[in-house]
Amino acid sequence: MITSRDRMNFLNRQSFLELDARGRAAALFDQGTSRELVGPFDRVESPWLAIQDVTPQEDDGCVVMKGKIAGKAAVAVALEGAFQGGSMGEVSGEKMTAAIDLACADSEKGLPTSAVILLETGGVRLQEANLGLGAVAEVIASILTLRKHAPVICVTAGTVGCFGGMSLAAAVSSYIVLTREARLGLNGPEVIEQESGIDEWDSGDRALAFAVNGGEQRYGMGLADALVEDDTPQIADAVRHFIAKGVPPIHRSSQVELYRSRIGALDTSRQWDPNELRRAWGMNGSKEDNR
Amino acid sequence: MSEFTGVRGTVWFRAFTGQATPMPGDPKSVLTADAPLGTDHARFLCVVPDPRARFPCARQGQVGLEEAYTLAARVREVMELDKNTTRRPIIAIVDVKSQAYGRREETAGIFLAAAAAADAYGSARLAGHPLIALVVGHAISGGFLTHGYQANRILAFDDDGVMIHAMHKEAAARITRRSVQELEKLGQTIAPLSYDIKDYAKLGLLYKLLHVENPAKPSDQEILKVKNELIVAIADARSKPIDLRSRRESAEALQTRKASNRVRAKMEEQWREA
Repeated sequence: MITSRDRMNFLNRQSFLELDARGRAAALFDQGTSRELVGPFDRVESPWLAIQDVTPQEDDGCVVMKGKIAGKAAVAVALEGAFQGGSMGEVSGEKMTAAIDLACADSEKGLPTSAVILLETGGVRLQEANLGLGAVAEVIASILTLRKHAPVICVTAGTVGCFGGMSLAAAVSSYIVLTREARLGLNGPEVIEQESGIDEWDSGDRALAFAVNGGEQRYGMGLADALVEDDTPQIADAVRHFIAKGVPPIHRSSQVELYRSRIGALDTSRQWDPNELRRAWGMNGSKEDNR
Repeated sequence: MSEFTGVRGTVWFRAFTGQATPMPGDPKSVLTADAPLGTDHARFLCVVPDPRARFPCARQGQVGLEEAYTLAARVREVMELDKNTTRRPIIAIVDVKSQAYGRREETAGIFLAAAAAADAYGSARLAGHPLIALVVGHAISGGFLTHGYQANRILAFDDDGVMIHAMHKEAAARITRRSVQELEKLGQTIAPLSYDIKDYAKLGLLYKLLHVENPAKPSDQEILKVKNELIVAIADARSKPIDLRSRRESAEALQTRKASNRVRAKMEEQWREA
């Protein structure tokens, strides 16, 4: 039943999904503390797009902001889903790794600096192919280094979601924040249909995509740490919460034996109802409520 | 070419370790063994096809859920063993078709499995294990991110059977709305698009290209030569920073990755002022 209070909450919501990458990053910082680094006026754009008749963008679809979140030093790196599907190219990739590496250098010098990565991306930018894939490997390497000193928080709100190699970057982060509109997975429906056939995955089936990759399912399985509404204050709150929590005792992607045994226990002779796995894994998941 | 995925992996794993059997409890698709390499006792890992693998979409040399978690477990095993002693080198022999593209895989969170392997490899490197990737065949997309791309040093053979790329040719052509011929032509002038390993070498990500007459059937002399190259790469990795900066500071990267270096310089400068 929808009460009038629910209705008011809904109407008062400040949509995060409607913000662009710059708006999303800025919304996380304490008022008046953030500053954009290597922004559009620095004009560092991709050198590979124009020669392929693709119009580049002067921030390469990646926004870096430094400032304070809940009074603590932090950097946010947001991918712009509206530019080339948020894809990782040489420049956007280097912006992300350089920002994370600098946060790491400050942390090692005694000024713990958290990183928030806002991922709306289909993965590697195919016009930059091998430099994109290389950039993803470097982003992962930099997250692994920083997360020893300060938490790395991944926020995927939608609507692009987080796919391809960048889903590994999400998974090695300290915490993952998702909305119901977000999707997180390695291979998107189109790619699976193309590689393994329509019987394996019908990419026209929107419900299936959300049932498997959707934020609610990922959180329910214990593969994400918070499920939030599409509401800017709520998302900023979740980020502050995880920054205050600090580095987790063990990262999810380091819990190899737990997940290896779960995979070993699965009956692979058939496809599974996503709810089955949610029931089987959710109870022992590393999600917030169960800590 | 792709139907031979795994042949070279097995050949080279055997060449270095004298055998090609999985460790007890592991799937047949992941080979792990420790073997002498110079003065070290190195851990070798390789993913190979298993036509009877439990997961139907991971039977042709793809890196799937079981492969990824097995790699992660076997890498973490040596991290634990060596935590109070000299960190042994870890050698990833790479000949992988791609990640596994399946519904089961997505449902059970292959993104986390792949990340667990990348985490284990990257963490081993950060713990001081020299991590070397030797690309003997294909190293495609998520397959390479899962197995090998966290290495301090990447070596590859310089022949047509070696391919490092973000996506196989046919799919990349379809998605970027080009023909395969157009894509190949573009690759001749735009290095990151190329499927030719010699163009990949221009990006600066690679430590060294090695030549072997027939990588599917190496001579004893060639095996010795490649072993010596691995030993040199290990010594180099041990003497330099454990991060991946060599990939943007190499002579080739200073040419091809000018934009990366420009971004980094600007970010450092503005970071100090912010």
